[in-house]
Amino acid sequence: MSPAENNPGRGDAPRPVLSVRGLTIQVATPNGAKTVLEDISFDLNQGETLCLAGESGSGKSMTALAIMGLLPQPMARITAGSISLADGTELSSRTEAEFRKIRARRISMIFQEPMTSLNPVMTIGSQLAEVLLEHDMCSAAEAPAKALALLKDVRITDAEKRLRQYPHELSGGMRQRVMIAIALACDPQILIADEPTTALDVTVQAEVLELIRALQREHGTTVLMITHDMGVVAEMADRVLVMRSGKQEEAAPVKELFATPRTDYARALLAAVPRLGDSPARPDPDRRHDILDVEGLSVRFPMRSGLLNRVTANVHAVENVSFKIAPGETLALVGESGCGKSTIGKALLGLVPSDGSIRVDGDQVVGVGQAALKQVRRNIQMVFQDPGASLDSRMTVGAQVAEPLQVHGIATGSELRDRVEWLFRRVGLTPDQMDRYPHEFSGGQRQRICIARALALRPKVIVADESVSALDVSVQAQVLELLRELQEEEKLAYLFISHDMAVIDQVADRVAVMNLGQMLETGSREQVLRNPAHPYTRRLLSAVPIPDPTRKRPPVLPRAGEVGTPVFKKGQGPEPFALNEIAPGHWVAAHPDTEQAA
Amino acid sequence: MWSYLIRRLIEAALILLGISLVTFVLLYLVPADPARQIAGRSATAETVANIRAQLGLDQPFHIQYVRYLGNLLQGDLGRSYLQRTEVSELIAARMPATLLLMLAAIVVELIVGLTIGAVAALRRNTPVDHGLMVFSFVTISAPQFVVGILLLYVFAVQLGWFPIGGYGTFAHLVLPAVTIGLLGTGWYSRMMRSSMIDVLAQDFVRTARAKGLGRMRIILRHVGPNAILPIIAMIGIDIGLFMSGIVVVESVFGWPGIGQLAWQAIQRVDIPIIMGVTLVSAFFIVLGNLLADLIAPMVDPRIKLK
Repeated sequence: MSPAENNPGRGDAPRPVLSVRGLTIQVATPNGAKTVLEDISFDLNQGETLCLAGESGSGKSMTALAIMGLLPQPMARITAGSISLADGTELSSRTEAEFRKIRARRISMIFQEPMTSLNPVMTIGSQLAEVLLEHDMCSAAEAPAKALALLKDVRITDAEKRLRQYPHELSGGMRQRVMIAIALACDPQILIADEPTTALDVTVQAEVLELIRALQREHGTTVLMITHDMGVVAEMADRVLVMRSGKQEEAAPVKELFATPRTDYARALLAAVPRLGDSPARPDPDRRHDILDVEGLSVRFPMRSGLLNRVTANVHAVENVSFKIAPGETLALVGESGCGKSTIGKALLGLVPSDGSIRVDGDQVVGVGQAALKQVRRNIQMVFQDPGASLDSRMTVGAQVAEPLQVHGIATGSELRDRVEWLFRRVGLTPDQMDRYPHEFSGGQRQRICIARALALRPKVIVADESVSALDVSVQAQVLELLRELQEEEKLAYLFISHDMAVIDQVADRVAVMNLGQMLETGSREQVLRNPAHPYTRRLLSAVPIPDPTRKRPPVLPRAGEVGTPVFKKGQGPEPFALNEIAPGHWVAAHPDTEQAA
Repeated sequence: MWSYLIRRLIEAALILLGISLVTFVLLYLVPADPARQIAGRSATAETVANIRAQLGLDQPFHIQYVRYLGNLLQGDLGRSYLQRTEVSELIAARMPATLLLMLAAIVVELIVGLTIGAVAALRRNTPVDHGLMVFSFVTISAPQFVVGILLLYVFAVQLGWFPIGGYGTFAHLVLPAVTIGLLGTGWYSRMMRSSMIDVLAQDFVRTARAKGLGRMRIILRHVGPNAILPIIAMIGIDIGLFMSGIVVVESVFGWPGIGQLAWQAIQRVDIPIIMGVTLVSAFFIVLGNLLADLIAPMVDPRIKLK
């Protein structure tokens, strides 16, 4: 122990457990070495939470990997600077073998994807025992009991059963809890959490963040948290380091940063964060007729089993859902993963078989042939979540925007080229970019290309399935603005599918909340988001992080009853319930705890 | 599980039925005349016609096939035209030799192939990797009779380490097993290499490193078992590859298995033997694939048999 640590008169003076000085990292590329992290310096003080915040490419994950010695080898290397622990141990020049004594024992890390961060063919118990035995925390005989205690520590239900289960049998939230249990198994001083809740539903995110805070209090762990989400920053951080393209922009205590950001970038970043509650005014849509009319829509996916491989059960992905959208109107579909919101989007374009009735500008989608579907699809188009995956990487972007026009025989030759040029300008790109390939564009630009492709046929309805979820907030704001402009000019109707309540508050006229394939509540934006009546809606809203460190979010509301399943035996189905109109246009599913709106 | 097994066995029976039909059609269309083969070149047309009638070869195709199928269902593969013995006895006598060769070849393939693939993946894009991949490419492309004759020349004729041919001791087994195994080695090493590279990039391998585990433990406990999953299905397919190889290899090495039996039968248009060997081979291929599908869920808990 250094003399400073024994000094009792030190009081509350911050005591760094980790110091990073002038950290610079280069990555080898075909065009020579590229500096991806430049001169990063910070101290991580005992017991605090420091957030590295920034957009993609800012170098925040690179910093964390460098501390753990997990930089991709041999492509990336530290070219300057130091990373040192409180006792003077230098990390930047350690070998892999030397790092093994640091990892898990002194610094642990949890990752963004709990789905893929656990070994799929090993039980939870053996993955926990492994880290205990590696670092001689207990004998092999004691390991199961110790593993069980760790699982109980992270508040997993049925901990005994989980020990024997495999990762795929656990939900995302539970898997992240297992990851936290593994990370804390050897009681490390420092926990690095790299986007630990980004892949999780908002209610699960709230629970996991609460867990990290509680464990931090109990164990005195210091947390280095990496996130792009300013709501999570406001909720978790003591201090924040804002990063941008590998450089550090601003370091400040969290309240100071949110109240008086000093750099332009931090100001712009905070301004771009969508906030639940500051909903911009929306023009009145033309409600004289509906362009999209969905009545009693159900989508079921059969599950086969038995000797003759017959359908014995169905996944009721969407169950008896009805809604209408007028020209120029946006209906937002919101719900947690697996609630059926994306399936509705696919059903509207006839991409999955469905029952009920879907009319797009009067034309039926359900049960019609391919030729009729082709005609319907001129009026309804889709923009997907991942613009990288929804563009063909071997086709020029111009050709991809032109394709729908060719398929429908609308334009050829120079007329086709003129149309595509016009579409490129329309979405804020230049026509000279037409001959390039998708990899030459940024995420935001790719999504603009996808929007141009969707607009090519001049559709009347656009289904936007998590279309801005994969984008950085600043880019997200621009794409949302583009969508708004297009809607105003073309009187487009949007079905906006999203899990992000704050984004929905920006774009929606009306909101529909879904769970387990059924619609639980629907009404105007003000009715559903400001005056939620169904307990499920209220729980969802209570979990949304508030990007303001001065406003404490109350703990997330408890789950109302058991988690259901959308799988039913053949001939059975979920109990149908009535939607009651509690205020003009505000419909809520009957539920014992439903609050009557005033 | 049981209903899955029963369904798969019914499927297997249908596959074998299909194969028997296709093979029967092909043999029916072959221009060579078995009766002429049996009677010999100098026999009169009358003798040949007698033999043809005796064997039922003068009947229309569908009658011949239905009769064959009827016997088959009673476990009767018919009698060899030339050897005057039950085909089932001929095959049963030669099956142990072939099964021994198959087992030895699979062991060679798995040990050598998986090791080469794993080493190449761990030393990716180094001279070691390039060298091993050139080797595997050569083993895939080289015809088996060339490999067999080369091995014979070097290790049996020149060095005298192994006998030139025949059956009986372990030394007899080595060269034919290596000849067949080399082809599979090439396939397995390529599969294993790409599978390992995929798994090495997985998030859970990063987690294992973050736990402070050693390199050997990460490779053996985390990378290996996951990398091997896609290989299991390959073993089922591999039996098909093996069956096509034994005809040549058994003849080169004078190995008294069903491959050699088939080779002799093809030369003499001994249709019952050709049919019998084809069906037995098909049976092993179907069985191999079924076993691979049954083993998969034991190794990968995410797979459920339905």
